Amino acid sequence: MNASTGNALQDALKKHQLNFMPLIQTMGMLPVLLILCILFQLVTGYAETADFSHAWQSGRFLSWQNLSIIAQQASINTVLGAGMTFVILTGGIDLSVGSILAASAMVAVSISLVPGASFLAFPAALAGGLVLGLCNGGLIAFLRLPPFIVTLGSMTAVRGLARLLGNDTTVFNPDLPFAFIGNGSIFNIPWLVVIAFATVVISWAVLRRTVLGLHIYAVGGSPDAARLSGIRVPLVLLFVYGVSGLLSGLGGAMSAARLYAANGLQLGQSYELDAIAAVILGGTSFVGGVGSIWGTLIGALIISVLTNGLVLTGVSDIWQFIIKGFVIIGAVALDRYRLRGSART
Amino acid sequence: MSEIELRSAGPILEMRNISKTFGKLRALRNVQFSVAQGEIHALMGENGAGKSTLMKILAGAIRPDAGSEISIGGTLVAMTGPMAAKALGVAVIYQELSLSPNLSVAENIYLGRELRGKGLAAGWLDRAAMIEGSADVLRRLGASFTADAKVCDLTLAERQLVEIARAVHSNSKILIMDEPTTTLSERETERLFTIIRALRDEGLAIVYISHRMEEIYELSDRVTVLRDGTYVGTLETHAISPSAIVQMMVGRDISTFYKKNHDAHNLRGKPILSVKGMSDARRVKGCSLELHENEVLGIAGLVGAGRTELARLIYGADKASAGSVAVDGVVKRIATPLDAIRAGILYLTEDRKELGLFLDMSICNNINVGVASRDARMGGLLNFRRSRERSAQAIKDLNIKVSSPKGLVGALSGGNQQKVLLSRLLELNPRVLILDEPTRGVDIGAKSEIYRLIDNLAQRGIGVIVISSELPELIGICDRVLVMREGCIAGELGGPSNAAINQNNIAAILTAASECDVPEHRHTHYSNLESRAS
Repeated sequence: MNASTGNALQDALKKHQLNFMPLIQTMGMLPVLLILCILFQLVTGYAETADFSHAWQSGRFLSWQNLSIIAQQASINTVLGAGMTFVILTGGIDLSVGSILAASAMVAVSISLVPGASFLAFPAALAGGLVLGLCNGGLIAFLRLPPFIVTLGSMTAVRGLARLLGNDTTVFNPDLPFAFIGNGSIFNIPWLVVIAFATVVISWAVLRRTVLGLHIYAVGGSPDAARLSGIRVPLVLLFVYGVSGLLSGLGGAMSAARLYAANGLQLGQSYELDAIAAVILGGTSFVGGVGSIWGTLIGALIISVLTNGLVLTGVSDIWQFIIKGFVIIGAVALDRYRLRGSART
Repeated sequence: MSEIELRSAGPILEMRNISKTFGKLRALRNVQFSVAQGEIHALMGENGAGKSTLMKILAGAIRPDAGSEISIGGTLVAMTGPMAAKALGVAVIYQELSLSPNLSVAENIYLGRELRGKGLAAGWLDRAAMIEGSADVLRRLGASFTADAKVCDLTLAERQLVEIARAVHSNSKILIMDEPTTTLSERETERLFTIIRALRDEGLAIVYISHRMEEIYELSDRVTVLRDGTYVGTLETHAISPSAIVQMMVGRDISTFYKKNHDAHNLRGKPILSVKGMSDARRVKGCSLELHENEVLGIAGLVGAGRTELARLIYGADKASAGSVAVDGVVKRIATPLDAIRAGILYLTEDRKELGLFLDMSICNNINVGVASRDARMGGLLNFRRSRERSAQAIKDLNIKVSSPKGLVGALSGGNQQKVLLSRLLELNPRVLILDEPTRGVDIGAKSEIYRLIDNLAQRGIGVIVISSELPELIGICDRVLVMREGCIAGELGGPSNAAINQNNIAAILTAASECDVPEHRHTHYSNLESRAS
């Protein structure tokens, strides 16, 4: 009968899709990253020689030097994205990371100028970020305020705080004690990249190898079920916002080290959006409970590759914004598609 | 599929060979169902028997497998979606009402079919005409509210009437009512029945789904019974009797289905759990109970009697306004579920998908999420070997059917999901286990396995509290049954000093018209009970 053959076809398609889904879920956005790299290599090569047959060899994108620049550009966003991954895994959001980064950088540079206390500059950046993150977390976990509202508020307030810290000026320190992390290398690998990678590895260990990590996924999956199974949900929330703040502080130290300076107004503007974009591009679900830190790393690299590649190919600043925006929307669409395939029934 | 011949001979609705498969699960297998015009036809079956699936197919919410046939008014039709079903005259009154509370009654009745003005007002809503049209219907149904009232100001019973009005107004021929009385008081139920009978006499075909036997006898002209997704049979008016229906629903001798091998010899001994005066100032009013070792204690009651609320108070999931919980004679401060777990009290939620399982997590993690911190190495590292062992053991012990412990729990059938959730609790070595509707949405095979498990746990000395809406279940597995009504414990059956646990005695307590007794007077209530039973 006609109907039954149609049904058989549908079944076959369904089976095909079932085999196809795990691939998308595990591979995540890695293929997108690779395709972008190849594309930019060809386009930059073609722009150089106007000849397709030599485009690959003469491309400027896939040089060791350029890749190193991309990795450095991605490093701060990777660190912020790692913190954001913790938060989004619980179903929350942290809009204040850019402001916290600016405030921590201000703290770091200011303290480095104090004679005799300059060695405290780096730890002070971390501590400042941690405290601000814990403030967010406390409001969200114990007063049960919505994360979006709390961090929207602290994004504005902490930005003001960052400007206040330097009397709304740029603070310089040409002898910044921890400047090496912004400009130095170890075994030819920039410190920025080492720090970003270490952050990802430690985050992975916490999320996948500790009880706390399991509890973070559980809270994101269903906060009510988590509470009923004996998980202290407020402490988990406090932890994730604390981590996000701490890593923003680390990002602040990294920015300051790179520039030998900090400015409360300009530093870290709209970094939260790049961090969120990295997490979402990495396949972490916005509703929480599903996602991985490796995805965030790839997401941050995609953003960095896009920016760098578009600059190399001579796309104007304006179009870079438009293209990046579409990539983020496309990623959310992909998130929907992935969720539909998962076993939520 | 246009107009239906109103006075056609034969059944207005005929469903034949209806099958529905969800993945590997066969929810319905060649089910038939037919309803005549001017008939109230009850559809019965245990939870998971396939009633709601069948009705969803009729309402166009899900599509049946190929080969299923639905004819309305003698014409074969294709239920391509909810709109098609509506166009064919099928209307559903769901348990969760589907009204827009911010709109008026008239706007809700005309929702999706709004009247538009004429001439200059073309495109504008013609509110006056809509209110007039709605008022007509409301008058026919004897409603006491007006068509311009806001739905959010109405009681639940009145809202239900709005739904019925909407169905009547859109000229529905077939009205499906899914447990319409669960949230109604006795008086409201009576009024609803009057309306249902009037609608039948006007020629509507009514499909009535309910778990309450009394309603079925009182209301229905015929009864069709489903079991495990298959059609068992249809009883004509003269053949309807309680025993016949139960026999058809359960399909086997109840005495072998339920297991009671444990020996509740400690009923007079020291209680392991004693709850005193538990209240939340809203739904639970001063409930006290005692649970002994080796005991299975049932809590019966209608939906809304406060059973789940009481369990959640004991477990620390909600805040109690008064009351104390003692385990082994020691009063415990229980403010959160974690406190309860540490005191050895564990609670199985009635809503395993929303409040129990983590659907995006593996089976292994779902089993271990509670015990992970106890197993952890070096203050917080997951102990993967231990968790693998635990999940393998649990899968074996509870006979959970999984392809791999690493698979997602969301992909399992209801019964296996429930076993996963149960094993999460069992890993934590409970002293007291509170099971809220442990067999809801579970197929009949897993059901009897869960009964056996409960029996086993009681044998091992664990005190088990079972909250259930299925009386045969409580009668079959419990040593003692408390009956809750309106937030109070209204009576006790079974045990050494009470009347026997049976359907009549439970029903007697449930329907007793007296107001709630205050806890101090519970003993006088028992004597009432005994005198009634004797």
